[in-house]
Amino acid sequence: MTTTTVGTSEGLEVRIEDLRRSFGGVKALDGLSITLAPGELVALLGPSGCGKTTALRIVAGLDEPDGGRVVVGDRDVTDVSASKRDMGMVFQAYSLFPHMTAQQNVEFGLKLRGHDAGKRRARAGEVLELVGLSAHKDKYASQMSGGQQQRVALARALAIEPSVLLLDEPLSALDAKVRAQLRDEIRRVQLEVGTTTLFVTHDQEEALAIADRVGVMSQGRLEQLDAPEVLYSRPASAFVASFVGLMNRVPCEVRNGHAEVLGQQITTLDGSIESGSGVALVRPEQVTLTDQSRGPAATVVHLSFLGSYSRTTVQLRDGTELLVQVPASTGRDLRVGGTVSVSLVASALLVSGDAR
Amino acid sequence: MSTARIRAHRRLQAFRIAVFVLLGLFFVVPLGSMAAYSIRVPGGGRTLEFWKQLGQDPDLRGAIVTSLELAFLTVALMLVLLVPTMIWVRLRVLWMSRVVEFLCLLPLTIPAIVLVVGLKGVYAWVTYFFGDSSLTLTFAYVVLVLPYAYRSIDAGLASIDVITLSEAARSLGANWFTVITRIVVPNIGSALLSAAFISVALVLGEFTLASLLNYNNLQVVINLLGKSDSQTSVAASLASLIFAFVLLVMLSFVGRRRSARRATIVIAPAPQPMKEG
Repeated sequence: MTTTTVGTSEGLEVRIEDLRRSFGGVKALDGLSITLAPGELVALLGPSGCGKTTALRIVAGLDEPDGGRVVVGDRDVTDVSASKRDMGMVFQAYSLFPHMTAQQNVEFGLKLRGHDAGKRRARAGEVLELVGLSAHKDKYASQMSGGQQQRVALARALAIEPSVLLLDEPLSALDAKVRAQLRDEIRRVQLEVGTTTLFVTHDQEEALAIADRVGVMSQGRLEQLDAPEVLYSRPASAFVASFVGLMNRVPCEVRNGHAEVLGQQITTLDGSIESGSGVALVRPEQVTLTDQSRGPAATVVHLSFLGSYSRTTVQLRDGTELLVQVPASTGRDLRVGGTVSVSLVASALLVSGDAR
Repeated sequence: MSTARIRAHRRLQAFRIAVFVLLGLFFVVPLGSMAAYSIRVPGGGRTLEFWKQLGQDPDLRGAIVTSLELAFLTVALMLVLLVPTMIWVRLRVLWMSRVVEFLCLLPLTIPAIVLVVGLKGVYAWVTYFFGDSSLTLTFAYVVLVLPYAYRSIDAGLASIDVITLSEAARSLGANWFTVITRIVVPNIGSALLSAAFISVALVLGEFTLASLLNYNNLQVVINLLGKSDSQTSVAASLASLIFAFVLLVMLSFVGRRRSARRATIVIAPAPQPMKEG
């Protein structure tokens, strides 16, 4: 695909301040505050019902908050109607206007802004080329695949050169292969146009792969907002640790900022309990298996070959089960029912005091 | 295919043909009889004289014009009232949909004679404000066509994802008027045509309300004509039936052509008032 020069914008700062929204007695948003830097792509990640879509809809102007405000650049848009917010949005459901071709869909927003036909055609051509669909400009939605429809929807949202781009789980209706392709394409296009982007998803892989920062939400609150690497390696809470990636829960004792886990002394991360019995949150790749007696003995109870690595479940003498990720070469030496020695390679761990 | 299957298939085919022929006769025999009667000359022979009189009788001509005007006004008022209301209910007050459906379907359950008793009082005011023109029947006819129009438009709205399409349009800068006229209405064209044609057919065939409220429309005049010139009256009845029939055939063709052009437009999910996530 040729690179197209598309009207790039500097991107504006977006401030979401203390947003509150309830449906009946249920709090969908409970004081959500996030600031998106100009040109940044922030993903909101969380389970169904955590309030991420509600937050996006409020930013878009499609829903009204009970409290709080949304500021874009220097402009408070909280009470501005959706049609006047100058935001481009791609929806989870296919949202192309069925009676229009791809090109007419892309031109729609420009027409409303009073651009003449020539300018509209030129701009539509640019953005359709940007998403690689120039050849499909005369097709109706019914003549395109799901992935193509979402690309046109992205082109339509970008055509108006919005101050903010909002993506509401745009990939969730697509199959895995198309999803991965389009995910990378969205990131490429976003970097190219430089528009500040808020991306909502429940797919952690998607969020970690394309976002500058990922915000994990639970029960209407932001649990943690950090770069993907930080979120994964230094989760701020047990919820974040267990929601992002796989996690083992190993009983341990904490004393003086150190936890004794599987016989090893490990530094505890901020947010851990200060002392007493707790549960250490250990990633599968932070556990190693050897046939030498370096740590507690365990029995291999399950083994899965997953290409470049293997995932195995081992059971300690006290009945605790651990999920362990080992290189495929190590996995080949393991046998179900065999005995191995377990040790940790983590420098610091989060220790939770509750059973969450 | 096994012999038993072939036999079963043939039996089914025979049954289908028998049903088709019987139903065909049920419709064709009375219409054929009407046609034969309308061109019969007493004492023998055939003539188109009674059909020619359709355009010459001033009362009948006036009634045809009145009924066509009533049909046009009814369709216009029905669309203006129902389309924005139904779209608004789907977009903003979904919890009201059952109430609106109930109100729209209510005329189906009320016998015409009961409706007339209620409308008599209302029409005292209608006459006071709008005069005693037959065209004031439009108000009563809008109520009468509501159930059929509602069903048709509702099916049209259910076939598209109104909420997502309107939100997409609004995020692109469209106001509500633009959303309705340029996004929703073009996508429910077949449903609107269907609602309009059914309403026209119903208005052209309506007799009870007009007669009991003492207004003149096509059916009332045909009935009066039947007392003095039964053959012209039958010719007029047949003509109005054929007109309604042609309208409905046109409707099915228009609907089929539209659905063929955009066969698999969208998968329409059940309407949801608010998505939480």
